Amino acid sequence: MTARPAVEGWFSTGAVPELLGDRCAACGVVSFPPGRSACADPACGSDRLVRDPIGRAGTVWSLTDARYQPPAPYRAAEPYEPFGIAAVAVEPHGIVVLGQLAHGVSVADLAVGDRVELVVETLFADESGDELVWRWAPEVAG
Amino acid sequence: MTSRDDVVVLGAGMHPWGKWDRSYADLGVHAARSALADAGVDWPDVQLIVGGESVRNGYPGYVAGATFAHALGWTGARIASCYAACATGAQAIQTARAHILAGLCDVALVVAADRVPKGFLAPNAGDRPDDPDWLRFRLVGASNPTYFALYARRRMDLFGATSADFAAVKAKNARHGLHNPNARYRKEVSVDEVLASPVVADPLHLLDICATSDGAAAVVLTSADRAQRLDRRAEVRVRAVSTVSPTFPNTEIDMPDFATEAASGDVSAGSFRASIARAAYEEAGIGPEDVSVAEVYDLSTAYELDWYEHLGLCAPGEAERLLRDGVTTLGGACPVNPSGGLACFGEAPPAQAIAQVCELTWQLRGTAGARQVEGATVGISANQGLFGHGSSVVVVR
Repeated sequence: MTARPAVEGWFSTGAVPELLGDRCAACGVVSFPPGRSACADPACGSDRLVRDPIGRAGTVWSLTDARYQPPAPYRAAEPYEPFGIAAVAVEPHGIVVLGQLAHGVSVADLAVGDRVELVVETLFADESGDELVWRWAPEVAG
Repeated sequence: MTSRDDVVVLGAGMHPWGKWDRSYADLGVHAARSALADAGVDWPDVQLIVGGESVRNGYPGYVAGATFAHALGWTGARIASCYAACATGAQAIQTARAHILAGLCDVALVVAADRVPKGFLAPNAGDRPDDPDWLRFRLVGASNPTYFALYARRRMDLFGATSADFAAVKAKNARHGLHNPNARYRKEVSVDEVLASPVVADPLHLLDICATSDGAAAVVLTSADRAQRLDRRAEVRVRAVSTVSPTFPNTEIDMPDFATEAASGDVSAGSFRASIARAAYEEAGIGPEDVSVAEVYDLSTAYELDWYEHLGLCAPGEAERLLRDGVTTLGGACPVNPSGGLACFGEAPPAQAIAQVCELTWQLRGTAGARQVEGATVGISANQGLFGHGSSVVVVR
């Protein structure tokens, strides 16, 4: 059994995982997800983009949950288990990034403005192994 | 209030929204014939047909202009088709308007239809890991109500909005749509009924979220000169069409985005949604204080409240008060969604922005019957299509 990211190059999977984005080598603008053709700033337009860590923690901008199973291509285990979703203002750039809440964390556990950090968990598992995804969990103090 | 830069709405027509056992082409033809009859224009006299595309009806949907032209009978008319998700109708109207203002034609028919399966809207089928719309479902399970709910929750935490406030939008729109023959749902809905319906995406309940529908809408547009020759000078006019896109850095997260491009502001004048109406006001040379009626895109009840602020009908955080004071209810100073809105129609995405203009046309003519906004002279629509499409139309009479 192997574990692999559900999408290549959007997050790191080490002991302290981080989001990966495009950082413009010309002007420093960062964007997520990575894979742009050129810098997001039209006044720059450079195509010299570097894939770089862009942050791993921040504050909840807003949050919700998915009480009913989302349609394909989402893959859910049976029986369906609702999950939370948060939009998080990620430090230091402040861009707001969407992600599921970590397993066991519900929308009732968090409020707008609360601190969260990135964790990597299994999104979907089958006989070929686990697919990993970034998620948001309440920040562990210290 | 006339200008040579106006295009004139000679006719408006719809196929009622609902779930119909009729083909995609049939729905569009019904709306087109209804608009042509209303305009007093024969189909062979139409010089340009613009079709708003559907992505859910195979090839006929992709080549909407040709589909409807063929269905009405080939006349050699010029054809255009365009797609901008929920903002498709505004792009189609703008295409026809630009042809007319450029002098390339002076009678154009704009028509869009859709047939939409029940339940969550889903991305196109197939394995498409380069498509953000596919990826947001695959990686996050983010359906459209996910995004609706993020903004609803934001209103609660920032402005103290309550679930009852959201439900009151549904109750208002349900009353507005009661007598609209084109609406799918014509039944009063109470605040308690909304709150008793299941939560789909916290904090939004099932009855806070619009359904998906089949429907079609059409308008016949002509030049100011031709309207004058036809002695139709008093008709409703299109004074502005805003099809703006976001500016960098986009601070709003919207379908199908994973992220903003900078720290996200609050519901504010700097947002993309506010820029949609601002561009329309600037082009029309009017401001929010001139608006007598608005049709806005209430994908969710909470979004309607956001739109009050994006349209400048009130300051950020004051939409709930505006609603409670009855300002946006029929009989108030600026009724919003007298048609009943998406709450009563459900969503037939490419046709929706045209349907908004149909309603505003009837309102400004004074022919909206039991849902008439008394003395309406200026109407504005507001809407947004995923992937960064603004849509706002100003009509005057």
